[in-house]
Amino acid sequence: MSPVDPAASAPGPGVPVLEAEALGQRYNGRDVLRQVSFSLRPGESLGVIGESGAGKSTLARLLMALERPASGVVRWAGEDVQALSATQRRLRRTQVQMVFQDPYSSLDPRWRVGRSVMEPLQLLRMSPQARQERLSAVLAAVQLEPDAALRFPHQFSGGQRQRLAIARALVTRPALIVADEPLSALDVSVQAQILSLLRDLQRREGISLVLISHDLPAVEVLCDQALVLRDGQVVEQGSAATVLGDPRHPYTQSLLAALA
Amino acid sequence: MTDEVRPAPALRAGPQASSTALLRVRGLQVWLPAPRGAWLQALHGVDLDLDRGESLALVGESGSGKTMTALALMGLLPQGARMSGQIELDGQPLQTLDDTAWCALRGRRMAMVFQEPLTALNPLQPILAQVMEPIQVHRLAPDRTATRARAMELLEQVGLESRMAAAYPHQLSGGQRQRALIATALAAAPDLLIADEPTTALDARLRVQMLALLQSLVADRGMGLLLISHDLALTARRVQRLAVLYGGRLMEQGPAAELLERPRHPYTQALWAARPRLGAGRDQPLHPLPGSVPALGQTGAGCPFAPRCPLAQPRCGEQPPAWDGGLACWEVGP
Repeated sequence: MSPVDPAASAPGPGVPVLEAEALGQRYNGRDVLRQVSFSLRPGESLGVIGESGAGKSTLARLLMALERPASGVVRWAGEDVQALSATQRRLRRTQVQMVFQDPYSSLDPRWRVGRSVMEPLQLLRMSPQARQERLSAVLAAVQLEPDAALRFPHQFSGGQRQRLAIARALVTRPALIVADEPLSALDVSVQAQILSLLRDLQRREGISLVLISHDLPAVEVLCDQALVLRDGQVVEQGSAATVLGDPRHPYTQSLLAALA
Repeated sequence: MTDEVRPAPALRAGPQASSTALLRVRGLQVWLPAPRGAWLQALHGVDLDLDRGESLALVGESGSGKTMTALALMGLLPQGARMSGQIELDGQPLQTLDDTAWCALRGRRMAMVFQEPLTALNPLQPILAQVMEPIQVHRLAPDRTATRARAMELLEQVGLESRMAAAYPHQLSGGQRQRALIATALAAAPDLLIADEPTTALDARLRVQMLALLQSLVADRGMGLLLISHDLALTARRVQRLAVLYGGRLMEQGPAAELLERPRHPYTQALWAARPRLGAGRDQPLHPLPGSVPALGQTGAGCPFAPRCPLAQPRCGEQPPAWDGGLACWEVGP
């Protein structure tokens, strides 16, 4: 298998970028996630809402194929990720990237950030010059100066580090980003910067987003669909506008009441 | 209540107590030692007032100085830190107290609920024993039976079932642990409770429950509550007064409802505007505040918010505006 042009593995029109079908996970004989199903068309975004322990991060790991599910299927661009060979899965990874709550987890403290941001490009066959161009492009996309690439992670503020983590996720031109609480480690005055950046990226680049968050206004701003998890079960699912604007389930109602 | 076994507090300020504020802080400054003999100033003169039966939220982003304020009030500043200014509890100055006097005061007259209940609770002791400890240490009950009864009563007040009394911290959920921690803080019936709000330890729904619980305790016990919070959205509607800190200085303070409806300081306004509104739709305008919170010691000579402030004039960066009791701003003067 040779490295591929990322465009070659991009989904065709109409093929969902991400699908979960009756997805479930068990740890130590205990169900931590049960029967999660959804489908995202290219450019569409999903908000996964729930409190700690609801199974949100387990779902993220399954969607990223970092764990094997106990039951059900995850499909990237129509392909069952468990049926892919390790090599194939690594290549497909350029299409599915992740942003974590703590931006430090995607930036090596000993590396100049340019190297961390470019690292995912190793999966692709690209000339050094093309890599540099791509680096400049993603730094510009997250509104950082080009010379930021030469500095180390500790030389940036929390908000800038989260921009860098997003730049790293963008560098391979993914069709989908899974973001696990990307705002909650940031100061309130900086959260809106990242929120605004993510919304711009959706609009400009047509990227699909799975946003895992207990920040309901953020889900409203970024997502088409919403899914509410409680104790590993989906209690409510539908369009984000309906789930947040006219929730049916008492649990969703209680989450919304907490913000009123 | 078991007030009859509670000895007269040593520092009660006598008949005029009702006219004295429970907590009065003036010009609180704190410096932290830095490498090569340098000092970093964490607080640049903070004034606070809190009455009995009142709740005040000290709101600020990371590095604004809110936790440093709480630690100074509790006499728990890090080793080597320097402090100036006045702190009075019931008219009694605290900044001159020695260690013994502080120990008699802490937990007894003033108690603190820390951010992370799992680190603040002893993992090897059942909850009940941990609630009984302050009652025993400060000799607030005549014997073990009374101590136990009082501890059980406290657990009930914070909404923990009696069967939880024998549980160890790891057997409780996050919310139950926070309740247990509040019970230990309340055990000695303090006049002032300082609660450092968890940033990520608890979910919104649990935090709202916790705030409601603390508020009811303030009302029932006539306690003063100082809440340290990074989350305005959740806190602002659930306390009586707000004080907004930025870069170690107070920006604005006043009744919470007033600050929510008519914020005057550009920083308070920017914080309000930066939150997306639920129900305002996917295309709602976002108002990000450019720049980032200054690191400790990175604030200039003037107003710490000046570099990010839409109204800033040259003098804002040169000289800090005076604090008039409700506002510190050159541009939005009284």
